[in-house]
Amino acid sequence: MMKRWPVVTRLLPLLAGLALLLSACGREDLSALRPQGPVAREQFGLMQLSISIMVIVVVVVFALAIYVLIRFRRRKGDDTIPVQVEGNHKLEIIWTVIPLMLLVVLGVPTIQSVFGLAKDYSQDENAIQVKVTAHQYWWEFEYPQYGITTAQDLVIPEGKIISIEAQTADVIHSFWIPSLAGKIDTNPAGNVNRMFFQADRTGVFLGKCAELCGPSHANMDFKVKAVDEASFQRWTTAMAAPAVLPEDPAVAELLASQCLTCHAIGDQGISLYPDLTGIGSRESVAGILVNVPEGEAEYTNEGTVYENLKRWLTDTEAVKPGNQMGQMDLTEEEIDALASYLAEQKLEY
Amino acid sequence: MAHGHTVKRYTGIMDWITTVDHKKIGILYLIAGGFFFLIGGLEAILIRIQLWQPMNDFLSADMYNQVLTMHGTTMIFLAAMPILFALMNAIVPLQIGARDVAFPFLNSLGFWTFLFGGLLLNISWFAGGAPNAGWTSYVPLASPVYSDTHGVDFYVIGLQISGIGTLIGGINFLVTIINMRAPGMSFMRMPMFTWSIFVTSALILFAFPALTVGLAALMFDRLFSANFFNPEMGGNAVLWEHIFWIFGHPEVYILILPAFGIISEVIATFSRKRLFGYSSMVFATVLIGFLGFMVWAHHMFTTGLGPVANALFSIATMLIAVPTGIKIFNWIFTMWGGSITFNSANLYAIGFVPTFVMGGVTGVMLAAAPADYQYHDTYFVVAHFHYVIVGGLVLGIFAGLHYWWPKMFGKMLNETLGKITFWTFYIGFHLTFFVQHFLGLMGMPRRIYQYLDGLGFNQMNLISTIGALLMGIGSILFVVNIIVTSRSKEKLGADPWGDGRTLEWTIPSPPPEYNFLQTPLVRGFDALWKEKMDGNKTVTPAEPVGPIHMPSPSILPFFMSVGLFIGGFGFMYHQYIIGGVGLLITFTCMILRSLYDDHGYHIEVEELEKGVKA
Amino acid sequence: MSAHSHVDGQLPHEPEKATLEGRNKVLAFWLFLGGETVLFGTLFSVYLALRGQVLEGNPSANELFDLPLVAAATFILLTSSLTSVFAIQAMHRNNVKSMINWLIVTVALGLGFLVLEVYEFIHYLHMGHGFTTSAFSSSFYTLVGFHGAHVILGVVWISLLIGQVYKKGLNTVTAPKIYVAGLYWHFVDVVWVFIFTVVYLMGKVG
Repeated sequence: MMKRWPVVTRLLPLLAGLALLLSACGREDLSALRPQGPVAREQFGLMQLSISIMVIVVVVVFALAIYVLIRFRRRKGDDTIPVQVEGNHKLEIIWTVIPLMLLVVLGVPTIQSVFGLAKDYSQDENAIQVKVTAHQYWWEFEYPQYGITTAQDLVIPEGKIISIEAQTADVIHSFWIPSLAGKIDTNPAGNVNRMFFQADRTGVFLGKCAELCGPSHANMDFKVKAVDEASFQRWTTAMAAPAVLPEDPAVAELLASQCLTCHAIGDQGISLYPDLTGIGSRESVAGILVNVPEGEAEYTNEGTVYENLKRWLTDTEAVKPGNQMGQMDLTEEEIDALASYLAEQKLEY
Repeated sequence: MAHGHTVKRYTGIMDWITTVDHKKIGILYLIAGGFFFLIGGLEAILIRIQLWQPMNDFLSADMYNQVLTMHGTTMIFLAAMPILFALMNAIVPLQIGARDVAFPFLNSLGFWTFLFGGLLLNISWFAGGAPNAGWTSYVPLASPVYSDTHGVDFYVIGLQISGIGTLIGGINFLVTIINMRAPGMSFMRMPMFTWSIFVTSALILFAFPALTVGLAALMFDRLFSANFFNPEMGGNAVLWEHIFWIFGHPEVYILILPAFGIISEVIATFSRKRLFGYSSMVFATVLIGFLGFMVWAHHMFTTGLGPVANALFSIATMLIAVPTGIKIFNWIFTMWGGSITFNSANLYAIGFVPTFVMGGVTGVMLAAAPADYQYHDTYFVVAHFHYVIVGGLVLGIFAGLHYWWPKMFGKMLNETLGKITFWTFYIGFHLTFFVQHFLGLMGMPRRIYQYLDGLGFNQMNLISTIGALLMGIGSILFVVNIIVTSRSKEKLGADPWGDGRTLEWTIPSPPPEYNFLQTPLVRGFDALWKEKMDGNKTVTPAEPVGPIHMPSPSILPFFMSVGLFIGGFGFMYHQYIIGGVGLLITFTCMILRSLYDDHGYHIEVEELEKGVKA
Repeated sequence: MSAHSHVDGQLPHEPEKATLEGRNKVLAFWLFLGGETVLFGTLFSVYLALRGQVLEGNPSANELFDLPLVAAATFILLTSSLTSVFAIQAMHRNNVKSMINWLIVTVALGLGFLVLEVYEFIHYLHMGHGFTTSAFSSSFYTLVGFHGAHVILGVVWISLLIGQVYKKGLNTVTAPKIYVAGLYWHFVDVVWVFIFTVVYLMGKVG
């Protein structure tokens, strides 16, 4: 048993290689294996540590098992009775104590990290406070420091601590941005959960709901858009600006009667359902119809903002089964007019 | 029967409905559990077909949620546990040298309540929709506000009824193992499988009542507008998570410990060697059972319990790795220096060891709470628990079925088919679930009915689906094997493997209804092996041949379960008269059982001797 | 070992444990009570988690509970525990008549307890404390109601046993039944002591 340890040390470079392989796994903006911020990095570090320990364990067990299976297989015609061994205290102590030591190696950083990641930034002036409210099947983001509310796209400044206060308006969901931070559940009835994260660089990161929340659980995606500090300030100003209503009075009337009874655009409408301010410059429509420039659509869920809005307004149920907006009673022209107007709602930042 | 007794002995279907013989009840459990295993497997295949390509529309979103809920619920409550109950019924009394379990009547009742509970649950498919809130049924999603079909009603009532059966079984086997052991069969001479069933039964006894309360509370919420989990009226959704997992985590060990027991028997037999470190194996089993009750919150690291709870539950969970590791090394060292036969039973057992190690190490990874914030509710978790449950439990069940099939049915399962089945299933299993670790780490949440294209999930999902189909083929091959085997005419002796070590291999295959003509005298661990080594052919009897007392068959358990089934339906649809009639049937049967003493009957010596000659 | 080997002769001192069947039954019942302990433990936990959830305008625990009434119920139930002990002692003396009498007293006290409980529940209903009023009320009625259902079951069970013993007499088949019913009755009483403390006393104080 003890003689085999040198083999393990020779295997260490292999383990390092495996870790490298892991780090090349998945999309940069989505994979927990390619962390883009300190929180996800800390969690990835713990993963690497635990994976390394576990690979050692697996290799030792596999090597032993393979050796035993080959060495002690029953040969043809061999009818000898093996020595009946009751046990071996020395060996048994070894395989009790070594795992315990490995667990200490893993347990200490785990506890440090549990308490480190539980740090509360809700009173920190330098952190951006965001109240996340999950709904079937969309995300509401409120910035109390700026008095603004948005949906689906969480716009943040790069390099700053984002302090999250998460809850739900209906069933339990779970708020997760794999490349930036692990998840936290959103509980009902004012049972608020906190977490924080930070993005190293500007860019768009994919967020997901991780707790089964109904038929469209799979479609409850959101985006985290990290921008530079100046852009973020411009964005908060632009969000607070009053709405520009359609010039065509017929479209304005349509918007007021069909959209603003549930949604808000700037200072207009009611904020029961996703805020539509600046929807034209969002990353997606309804979370999963990804907006791309004209002619760059590669997958069936991609299109221009205008195309995506039309697709959504034409048949919401096909895009997001079980959504609460339901089927709109609109003619093709009306859909076209609303989609054109909404697609123009772009924010400069 | 030739002998002039007034006791009725039934034949045909009536025999099966009224039987109180633990061996027949074991076969009933096997048939019913196998049936539900095929249904749950079909549901798994549907899930994998839906996910074979991005944005597939094979199943609708809500149908997918029903299928995934029923897959989990069926596999755990209606397939895995009953098949384990099949093996423990068929084998445990034989291993301890008993003529029957302590309560044959209750044994039958346990089976029928399980079956009718399971049928009730599955009727939901035809009654407006199956439950769709996941096997964990988290509220508020499972509350009447957000789940307005009868699906979750079927879940709470079906599981409640089948849970009664499980609890009865647990108590029955505890008493059987404590009180019914043959002379000389001390606790530290009990075979490892019996030990694992003993601990599992204790876990059932202390874990299932928590589920009973949870299901009752959810039922009250859904049927009678109570407010346990309704946040609007002061209810608490996280409370359900606690109750569910206080039951749910021990449940995991209820499932896996018997598999540990089976593997210990199979590896020892086919290595022709005594189980290495028996006493530390017993100690590890008890310790795992004990620790199993203090780690439930590791399913809730992201619920927001705070750093103190998360740290404590992280460490407690990691500790379970130590006794589990002890077991793994003991198995390997049982084979060390042995003479290993690679028949299908042992292939499954050997295949179990590395697979379970992989499921175990990902378990330790999941125990590190901050890393779990990333793993939780992703395909990484799906991969982990399938490695433990399929790679551990199901391989263990297959090993046990191949090993004990000759004892249960008197025929050997076909070896060639068995090996083909093993490799198909085993390769299919690893194809299906190994890649899922990476899917989870790359950002794929679990329980999603579709994933978008271009996220890098496509290839691995395709591989996973191909693997699932292979597992499906493997399962079908096993059924084929059963059919082929049942047609063979071979007759087997008491110890068909030739290397049997424990008491079940001292009696005919299949055993007579009274199991042991004479209660055996146990002179050491591995009772039969010890006698073989001492040059004896079989164990020494502890008593002369005499009349054997047998319990009478009874139809009451069947009707008691039918009553609960009817009652459950009545309450679900608020038809209280029907509900009352159902419960009345059950209570009447209970009273009849109490009023009319069951004196059983005796099989006289002449008849016993005839049986021996035949 | 046959179930009726002792019927004709003198009953042994502890007839409930004279046969293997009897010993199995007693052991199984102890285990069952272990499971019941978990059941009530969970119910108590649920109650403790939700007892503060009284909604605006509904009576609180402090306003609801009437301690003298509950104390009377407690006294009755604890007395019935004592009388069930007398019944088992009579059984061990092989005094069937005395045993039956004490069992009848036990059942009567159980019924008295139930009457008080029903009266209490109706009183609460009038005060606006229904099953569906709040999370507190649901958990209260479920915990106390589960116990009440256990008392009802015990009363019915012991009554049926009285009838059986009256007809068949005391033997190694009926003795274990009486014995486990006695165990059950003690368990139900112990649970009530906890309910009295956790629900009523803490409700008055907290």
